[in-house]
Amino acid sequence: MTDSGMTTSARMGAAWMLARREWTRFFRQRNRVTAAIVQPLLFWLLFGTGLRGSFESAGGESFSQFFLPGTIGLIVLFTAIFATISVIEDRREGFMQSVLVSPAGRFPVLVGKVLGGAAIAWVQALIFLLLVYLVGAASIAWTFPWLLLLLAIIAIAMCALGMIVAWPMESTQGFHAIMMLGLMPMWLLAGTFFPIPAWSPSGPVIESGAATMGDWGGWVLAGIMQLNPLSYSMLELRRLLNPTLDLSSAGFAPSSMTCWTVTVIATIVVVVIAWRLMRGSRKADTMV
Amino acid sequence: MTTTSTATSPIDAPHESASSLGDVLCDIRDLHHRYGENVAVDGIDLSVRAGEIVAVLGKNGSGKTTLFRVLSTLLPIQRGSVTLDGLNIAEHVDAVRSRIGIIFQSPSLDIKLTVDENLRCQGALYGLSGRELSNRCDALLEQFSLTARRRDLCQTLSGGLKRRVELAKGLLHRPRVMLLDEPSTGLDPGARLSLWDALQQLANDGVAVLLTTHLMEEAAKANRVILLDQGKKIADDAPSRLRADLGGGVLTIVPDDLADAKAILKRELNLETQIVGETLRMPCDAPEIVVKVADTLGDAVQSISIGRPNLEDVFVARTGKQFQ
Repeated sequence: MTDSGMTTSARMGAAWMLARREWTRFFRQRNRVTAAIVQPLLFWLLFGTGLRGSFESAGGESFSQFFLPGTIGLIVLFTAIFATISVIEDRREGFMQSVLVSPAGRFPVLVGKVLGGAAIAWVQALIFLLLVYLVGAASIAWTFPWLLLLLAIIAIAMCALGMIVAWPMESTQGFHAIMMLGLMPMWLLAGTFFPIPAWSPSGPVIESGAATMGDWGGWVLAGIMQLNPLSYSMLELRRLLNPTLDLSSAGFAPSSMTCWTVTVIATIVVVVIAWRLMRGSRKADTMV
Repeated sequence: MTTTSTATSPIDAPHESASSLGDVLCDIRDLHHRYGENVAVDGIDLSVRAGEIVAVLGKNGSGKTTLFRVLSTLLPIQRGSVTLDGLNIAEHVDAVRSRIGIIFQSPSLDIKLTVDENLRCQGALYGLSGRELSNRCDALLEQFSLTARRRDLCQTLSGGLKRRVELAKGLLHRPRVMLLDEPSTGLDPGARLSLWDALQQLANDGVAVLLTTHLMEEAAKANRVILLDQGKKIADDAPSRLRADLGGGVLTIVPDDLADAKAILKRELNLETQIVGETLRMPCDAPEIVVKVADTLGDAVQSISIGRPNLEDVFVARTGKQFQ
């Protein structure tokens, strides 16, 4: 920072203003409010009802119970993505260039987008959660404050991830490809839609005979799912939603400590990557 | 057919002499910029003093937008130096940013926010807050007659009003140097006039104003005009002096058919005219030529006039090319 550049508190003031701007814009575009909550809600109702008979999980959950953390994860993911995709619009509409020539620099842009987007995502998830408690699909537990904290961390991670994707991008079309090829699989492979199988380094565990192609496929899938940091966040979300759930027979059940650690580290990593990307790229400057 | 003859009036003195102006607030030395092999700015020297309005005039591709982007800190300095308010732009980018106000050609308002919200957002980006920010917003809304519209969403404003909000935005942090890229784009004549009133007011308050334009009439209102062509500065003086340098007057003929009239004048009167836009032009010191041209062209001409050379004539004289 140079002699008469802005103080840290002034930069935070700028970030706060940009975060508030996200809020204001969000609530003025009603279709975004509905898109981010109605679609996951539909998924939950349809899959929860449709797959009720053909599903068996560790701990005896029904599918709609099993799918609850995944639905909340999807709400957070969608909202965070829609919030950060706006950086592409900001650039196209010219708003971003006036931000980039201000003495505030780029850090407030990142903080504003991530905090603004995360707050929206967090509130959306909360609204859904209250609906769920209201209809009695789950009951509120002592873990509720921890649940709120975990949701906030996940929301921040998703928004930072959204910035990593959106910042270098020129059009919203490209974003949809990344969404379907990268973000949806990341969500699907986090134990949200089907349980994560057990995994051992020595290869697939089978009752008798030689492992088939299918067994090896399952082994690779389980490995990928266990490497996915979101799996850990989703598992902890499952525990916090239903603290009495018995996961002793589940294939994948790391301790709460492990889940929190992985979630926090992954969040820090994506935020740092997002910041390095924004600082290093002059892309937004030379466009328009 | 109408025939008008405008007598050549004495050349105006420049609005202010250089000595009455303040310090040099923007100083550009030997600036170069290239995009790969493409040279956009090719060694420009230029300075703007406090209280001065300087227009950079050039065609598309003359380098004026690149110059603007370098000054607004969007592009890095490749070669040469730029000093704004005594600070080297390459070394003190944040400090320089807090001293310049920038109006982009493309709108930079958030149209989903109100006028007030746009201003407050801008203020926060420049480190203003609390009472100071509120007072500044109130003062600028008042100055640009926007107070009644402050709670309206920007998407409901007309083009002229949006420009005024942009101006208010750019002035919020009391910049020492104001940069404007094609500021009158999309404005009706009334809005252009009030824009120029605002710029004049700024200059009177001691701000250095630098704007780019491709409009001759616009540049003619500035205290000083910098003519750019292919990344080089080809003229730098008060508009009236640039015109005076050409000497004499200019005959302007608006015929029905440009090529026909040009051929007739060459054949009958041996006059060498140049097609500039929809007109034929030629240097001319003798008003009696008007009558001869009128007789020769008869009904095939809409108007004939003699006037002082304009900036377009200056451009043609200096580059041998048409401005359009």
